[in-house]
Amino acid sequence: MHMATVLTINGETKSFDAPPDMPLLWVLRDILGMTGTKFGCGIAQCGACTVHVDGKAVRSCVLPVSAVENRTITTIEHVGSTPAGAKVQKAWLEAEVVQCGYCQSGQIMSAAALLAATPNPDDSDIDAAMAGNICRCGTYVRIREAIKQAATGRQS
Amino acid sequence: MNAHNSISRRTLLTGGLATGFLLAFHLPLRAAVNEPVQPPDATDGKFAPNAFIRIDPEGATTLVMPQVEMGQGIYTAISMILAEELDADWSKVQLLHAPANEKLYGNPIFIIQATGGSTSVRAFWKPLREAGASARAMLVQAAAAQWNVDPASCTTSKGEVTHKASGRTLSYGALAAAASGQTPPKDVPLKDPKDFVYIGQPFKRLDTPEKVNGKAVYGIDAIVPNMKFATLAQCPVFGGKVGKVDDRAAKKIPGVRKIVVLDDLVAVVGDHMWAAKKGLDALDIAWNEGPNAKINSKAIWDDLRAASAKDGVVAKSTGDIAKGLASGEKLEASFELPFLAHATMEPLNATVHCTPDSCEIWTGTQIMARVQSEAAKAAGLPVEKVTVNNHLLGGGFGRKLEPDMVVAAVRIAKEVDGPVKVVWTREEDIQHDIYRPVYRDTIAATLSAGKIVGWKYKIAGAAIIARWLPPAFQKGIDIDAIDSATDVPYDIPNVHVEYVRAEPPAIPTGFWRGVGPNNNVFAVECFIDELARKAGKDPVEFRRGMLANQPRFLSVLNLAAEKANWGQPLPARVGRGVCLQPSFGSFIATVVEAEVDEQGEINLRRATSVVDTGIAVNPDTIVAQVEGGLIFGLTAALYGEITIDKGRVQQSNFNDYRMLRINQTPKIEVHVVRSGEAPGGIGETGTTAGPPALRNAIYAATGVALRRLPIDRKLLAAGRKA
Repeated sequence: MHMATVLTINGETKSFDAPPDMPLLWVLRDILGMTGTKFGCGIAQCGACTVHVDGKAVRSCVLPVSAVENRTITTIEHVGSTPAGAKVQKAWLEAEVVQCGYCQSGQIMSAAALLAATPNPDDSDIDAAMAGNICRCGTYVRIREAIKQAATGRQS
Repeated sequence: MNAHNSISRRTLLTGGLATGFLLAFHLPLRAAVNEPVQPPDATDGKFAPNAFIRIDPEGATTLVMPQVEMGQGIYTAISMILAEELDADWSKVQLLHAPANEKLYGNPIFIIQATGGSTSVRAFWKPLREAGASARAMLVQAAAAQWNVDPASCTTSKGEVTHKASGRTLSYGALAAAASGQTPPKDVPLKDPKDFVYIGQPFKRLDTPEKVNGKAVYGIDAIVPNMKFATLAQCPVFGGKVGKVDDRAAKKIPGVRKIVVLDDLVAVVGDHMWAAKKGLDALDIAWNEGPNAKINSKAIWDDLRAASAKDGVVAKSTGDIAKGLASGEKLEASFELPFLAHATMEPLNATVHCTPDSCEIWTGTQIMARVQSEAAKAAGLPVEKVTVNNHLLGGGFGRKLEPDMVVAAVRIAKEVDGPVKVVWTREEDIQHDIYRPVYRDTIAATLSAGKIVGWKYKIAGAAIIARWLPPAFQKGIDIDAIDSATDVPYDIPNVHVEYVRAEPPAIPTGFWRGVGPNNNVFAVECFIDELARKAGKDPVEFRRGMLANQPRFLSVLNLAAEKANWGQPLPARVGRGVCLQPSFGSFIATVVEAEVDEQGEINLRRATSVVDTGIAVNPDTIVAQVEGGLIFGLTAALYGEITIDKGRVQQSNFNDYRMLRINQTPKIEVHVVRSGEAPGGIGETGTTAGPPALRNAIYAATGVALRRLPIDRKLLAAGRKA
């Protein structure tokens, strides 16, 4: 038996039963049915599971649910309600970044956290913030372009 | 039902092989393939003239996708082709994943219902245009009958029929019921390409808006009420079996509900993936590894080298090869390519609900009907009792041309009450892939007066076609393995191409993005650079000299050289390399510029591709596919290798099976040439182009002629003799 876990996700309070070592990824996907956050590797190597905890990009596949109680969690389903997230989603569509799209939830979460902290990132800022996110379709050129568009509001 | 099944406009409802292949593969087409047939779920009031189009009385135009969307943008391209000839209102277009139905949705190139080999647009170009034009004609006939005018006096645009002379207009929705009673015309005329209004325009993709907000539903996202979650372990040694399983510790883990032990795999079923994964980790499994435990990479390569020394089956012979090889200066080389895993970002998965008399499956597959029939065998049910709900694919790359992930899930689900979602861990996904086979190519060529006069080329490798599409494996030749080897674009008077079938022991092999051309374009284009150097010529100039009768190749080569600043000076240890390829019915030249540092590490600086793919249906998607394809190929060249020891794969996850990342990505430019020729394939072309262009750049930068992939940095360190 364990106590119900209470989390604040996308501004809503969620109460559920989960073992304390269960990674946030599986809570989101398998308990709460929020499947926008993706499983890619399970060892924080690919970034597909990226969410925001207190505004910072973290890999939810290795983040025990017990570590995020009383923190503010934002996922891809809600990131569009943040100014940086909305800009990133818009730029992603304008630059037609997406191919299979499976990694893009994580890419967008990483990019939104980058822009929230660094409104005008240069190439090395983009490298540092985005190198943890693998895209097997190889959309990196457009990801870089879209982040710059989101930052400046301009289409190239 | 759950939120995933809600329907909105432009919401996807849930529920190569190459030129050589096209030319070489002449199975008689079943007459029924792609014939207009009333779809099974057509309902009253809805106009459903063929397998691809449904228009309801409100005008909503639902297009059924015969090919699957795995990132290549095909849902949008297919819709553009149908909408073009239909003159549909693009804003009213909705998409539907096709059900498993080989008769209605079989790929005309493969016959079976499969998406792969960069065939989608090539295979469906004509049938989709005919389907759209035929439906349009029936709508026009219905309107003309209502107005009592000549159908030829009516025009169509954006989902409406207009009779200009009388100023009357009817929407397709208003005509839907009447059009259903019309007879489809015979030999319906197709548009002159100059009249295209959709095809050739850079359309926004229909599948991407829901991929940026978490709403897109991939197979792994299927939610079925009351489902359990499972993950599995197969014997680490290929072909091994389960021996003894001690599940005492696993059963104590909260959320673990059941341990399923089959002859070759063990699965843990739980309330969520975490319980299943912890349960699996807690199992003590003794495997019967069997005879394959002795297999290792060295032995596989020894065998392949021995096989490639034998004579093969002749795939092509023109001129007099004995004479050709006896004249001029001779050069010989061999090229070797490793096993590769696919590593789709979406790990393998399938959700299955088996009852005694039914089996329902939710997954994302490239082979709908084969999944259905293989699942039926595994479930012990007639095929009509198996329903497959296809989804978006989080990458395919050929991995999902195999039904194994669904078959395993069905076998597990048979042991479970209620539905179960089976998700492979990344480790299981990489260690139980169906791998791109190892290949070895040997080439001998002669040069006389700066031109190639003799060319003897031998491929040794697995025959994937013999397993995957047996009727297409004829006379000992794998038409995929020889693809792009028998249609080298250069003017060479004496050519001889052989194929040696060499199956690696126990390691399952299958299609991998770029398929046969990946191997052959690499060997051919690397060797052409070695011959150019021997002839004392610039690599682009050397190729130009052999393309007098190949205007489309010459044109893309010249433009690529110009765009990439070919010939302009570069710093030390920086080089440009070129690749020209005849693959997938497209004409593509690529230049990669790379730097090799003192330790032999590679810095990708720039990649430039010029693409002539005939009529470019959605030009921006073509650019995107070549960009991404280049990254996929360059990733393999820099890092890709699956190695075997003691019968098992040594790599397991992205830490040791590495991917190129954004900080290593070069600047990429892709130029699409305007053309009125029939469309070619595009999804795999960049993958094929990247490795040889990079290798040739390294050759230019260092003088080291690499002949194996992945790139061995040790051979490239400064001071090492070229």
